[in-house]
Amino acid sequence: MAKLNSIADLKKLRADLQAQAKAKTDKPLVNVSLATCSVASGGRDVMEAMKAEVASLGLDVNFMQSGCMTYCYAEPTVEITLPGKEPVVFGFVDTDKAKLLVQKYVKEGELLDGVIPVGYERVVL
Amino acid sequence: MSEKKQIRIATRNSGFIDPENIDSYIAAGGYLALAKCIEEMTPAQVIDEMKASGLRGRGGAGFPTGVKWGFAAGYKSDTKYVVCNADEGDPGAFMDRAILEGDPHSVLEAMAIGGYAIGGNKGTIYIRAEYPLAIKRLKIAIEQAEEKGMLGKNIFGSDFSFDLDIKYGAGAFVCGEETALINSMEGDRGEPYTKPPFPAEAGYWDKPTIVNNVETLAAIPAILTKGASWFNQIGTETSKGTKVFCIVGKINNVGLIEVPMGITLKEVIFDVGGGVPNGKEFKAVQTGGPSGGALTFKDLDVKIDYEGLAACQSMMGSGGMIVMDEDDCMVAVSKFFLDFTMEETCGKCTPCRIGSKRIYETLDRITMGQGTMDDIENLKLMSTVIKDTALCGLGQTMPNPVLSTMRVFEDEYRAHVIDKKCPAGVCTSLLEFVVVDEKCVGCTLCAKVCPVDCISGKVKEVHVIDQAACIKCGACLEKCKFDAIIKR
Repeated sequence: MAKLNSIADLKKLRADLQAQAKAKTDKPLVNVSLATCSVASGGRDVMEAMKAEVASLGLDVNFMQSGCMTYCYAEPTVEITLPGKEPVVFGFVDTDKAKLLVQKYVKEGELLDGVIPVGYERVVL
Repeated sequence: MSEKKQIRIATRNSGFIDPENIDSYIAAGGYLALAKCIEEMTPAQVIDEMKASGLRGRGGAGFPTGVKWGFAAGYKSDTKYVVCNADEGDPGAFMDRAILEGDPHSVLEAMAIGGYAIGGNKGTIYIRAEYPLAIKRLKIAIEQAEEKGMLGKNIFGSDFSFDLDIKYGAGAFVCGEETALINSMEGDRGEPYTKPPFPAEAGYWDKPTIVNNVETLAAIPAILTKGASWFNQIGTETSKGTKVFCIVGKINNVGLIEVPMGITLKEVIFDVGGGVPNGKEFKAVQTGGPSGGALTFKDLDVKIDYEGLAACQSMMGSGGMIVMDEDDCMVAVSKFFLDFTMEETCGKCTPCRIGSKRIYETLDRITMGQGTMDDIENLKLMSTVIKDTALCGLGQTMPNPVLSTMRVFEDEYRAHVIDKKCPAGVCTSLLEFVVVDEKCVGCTLCAKVCPVDCISGKVKEVHVIDQAACIKCGACLEKCKFDAIIKR
């Protein structure tokens, strides 16, 4: 991998990466929280269950892992971003609910219980 | 204040980016602050900006970060070190782990900035070995940052180089104290030493060293990207920015929160935390872990910042918040924390080693119903003396749970001593299990389950518990289907 040699290099790389990310927003994005606490409460199983359900329904979905989403009381948590919509975080997800989320929300856009409201302002650089 | 009470600065990326992919961090504005420092600012300007931001150490003591960096920059040395203190040890606090697992690059970036500012080329992350996932993600992050030229030789094509390594701690609470941490990093016993010299003058291998906490570091790239004047508008006069708290215990929304300094306790517990579960009354919250103290239902309007907490005999600490409701006994809570510090004291200085044991024994006597009024006075006296004489932060803050609970709940201590009662019904030695005559149907279940056979009574007749023989195990209370046994 080439080393970055200036702030200009970095800014260009960032712009490229943001463009790549934007190009992907025509597909749903599933972001599973996988910090120690989320893993302990079954986050990895949720990720696998959602991937399997997406495959069996023949959907085209991007997956990513992230760290702590801060909602310990509601782990495992999953954030789903549908094209053109704001991200929605679902809490208390087990493998059954993971499948339902794919069938209902990812495929049909139909909201399920367990949506965690956004109570913060995220500082973006 | 707007409806959204939380502002996420230190936790800005956790949960939003892939911590194992540096591109994800760069897309979120990562390493811009480091590039800006190296290309556009002198080290002195970086330190001035840090001072202007008003950022204070988030590990507990609250020392201004920019000032600390300025001290280290002032000493001449061929080698200087930047140390990240990731030895998170407070019971109920896990924000450092969350940040390292969710956004490791922000910490690496800030360490490199710190190195640039003080003129140091080496950094070490001291992390407890109990955090394997955080360690794994840190290692991946370091490797990726080196590949991209953001760590290692000639960062961003400049003549500034910075290398990072990781050292593992064995999870001793005292090693969160910076001088004990340095001893431990050098392979010696994790015992603190007397300051001065401060680490900024002679720390790791006797070289100028800055020791910064994970959360402090995680905020730095945001501060330097958006500017000190943006950051210092958030918070209070003396405490700028936001603080991450781990809010646990008897609270609905157990989790991590990041709120502006100066928020009231009421807002934290009832708005952000969602209140106390099962309709119970909020009683108190232990802030700052075993070194901190209790804020109580009387302190709901206290503004949470370094000075506000200190005024209540508590401290900011690393940000654990253990919420307690009406069912918690404050004497038992103090005893729990003193048990912890008694186990964790390194034993080097007498006030801490013997003092923690004596305070614990006194609290234990009180919870057993054997306390006297002299014990209460002695607790106050010992606490004050230990605070004044202990060597390091662990000992100086160890009596805080006692002093702060006595501030509001001295009546609870007195109830244990004078009335031999535990008002919250926690201290089993002071409880009585009794049969409610009207409810007892004489089913004999309680007598069968009693391990010491102290319950007597014939079938279909009211049963009686022999108080002298009862060991207060509570088995009868659990077994009774008719709510005919109560504890009081």
